[in-house]
Amino acid sequence: MRMHAAKRVEIVIEAVMETRLTEALERAGVTGYTVLPVSGGGGRSGRWSREGQVGRATGMVAVVCLVRPARLDALLEAAFTVVDRHMGVVCVTDAQVLRAERF
Amino acid sequence: MGDMVALAGQTLLSPMILFFVLGLAAALARSDLSFPEAIAKGMSLYLLFAIGFKGGAGVAAHGVDAGLVATLLAGVVLSAALPFLAFALLGLLTRLSATDRAAVAAHYGSISIVTFVTASAVLESRGIPFEGYMVAVAAAMEAPAILSALWLVARVAPPGDRAGAAEPGLWREILLNGSIVLLVGAFAIGWTTGADGLAEIDAFITAPFKGVLCLFLLDMGLVAGRGLRAARGVLAPGVLAFGLAMPLLGAGAGLATGLALGLSAGGAALLMVLCASASYIAVPAAMRVALPEANPALYLTLALGVTFPFNLTLGIPLYIGIAGALAAGG
Repeated sequence: MRMHAAKRVEIVIEAVMETRLTEALERAGVTGYTVLPVSGGGGRSGRWSREGQVGRATGMVAVVCLVRPARLDALLEAAFTVVDRHMGVVCVTDAQVLRAERF
Repeated sequence: MGDMVALAGQTLLSPMILFFVLGLAAALARSDLSFPEAIAKGMSLYLLFAIGFKGGAGVAAHGVDAGLVATLLAGVVLSAALPFLAFALLGLLTRLSATDRAAVAAHYGSISIVTFVTASAVLESRGIPFEGYMVAVAAAMEAPAILSALWLVARVAPPGDRAGAAEPGLWREILLNGSIVLLVGAFAIGWTTGADGLAEIDAFITAPFKGVLCLFLLDMGLVAGRGLRAARGVLAPGVLAFGLAMPLLGAGAGLATGLALGLSAGGAALLMVLCASASYIAVPAAMRVALPEANPALYLTLALGVTFPFNLTLGIPLYIGIAGALAAGG
């Protein structure tokens, strides 16, 4: 089976910024992404957990995108306009995908 | 004075407040007791729906009078004014940055709907009547404080921290946040359908209400306790003093306003509770968007870990006792 090189971008960001981030990605031409719930964690701002929370202020989400390597810079620029002032993590890893035309 | 202390004592021993204390103690003792997020959200939606509908039905039963409009306006003014008091008090007691002070101030001008719901339930348990439109006052007091805080930031914070007020979509999110939409919507439906509407769903929104509130407050106790445990480093003595003094100053402003407006003892107690409480649902989310440079551990710990437990355990009994002694019909 032939595999194609791709970049996997994982952005862990505050839940309140989720829509702003996905809209920025769409404007940058990123048509596919997955939003995953994050149940808890810890970092420079201390530990946090979604257990028992009713507001979105302390929650985080993970937005995962797979793109062709040539589109990576445009994606990161779009993401950076949103995450610049906010807590979160942006991580890029090499990946391989089966159907290149989808990315 | 004796009656006031007795009433405060009875209130302190209500199941709602004791369940909150249980949650707080369990979290501080590192128990693994916890509620899934979806259940906590479901319970909060139920409570907002029930309190909004009952408030609307109450207004339908008693009619609209000038008191409703005056109290609504007073609530908006108090919510907009209290952040300035909080900002100044934080300046006296702490060395926090202007941005952090403004973010904390926004929480203390806005309200905690759970504290309000609990105080309403305690008043009902004690047979103390209050104006049904206080639910609408609570909804009206959510947002003005955010505007005041952003104005403060624009005036005194470093230039890099001032971009928040212009964040696209911010005001739509604040004014149309789920809690406000459900509370105001249920209030409007309760008002429209009146006693007939209330009779149709009474079994759902009245009998289970206090039981659900007990469970929800158990969860809130757990959240507050975990927050307190995780944020010990945040609570400098001055910050802690602010978290305990500000509710009392807010309650004082609420009491003076309630007396001036001629509210009933129950209504004045609720206005005290609204002014004394600090938001930990709507405002923190707005601050994360508008003022990401402000420290969330600071304002969440203060609002949820200090002021919320203080109001639930000591504040509500105290406010009800004082309002009962001083307000009309008390």
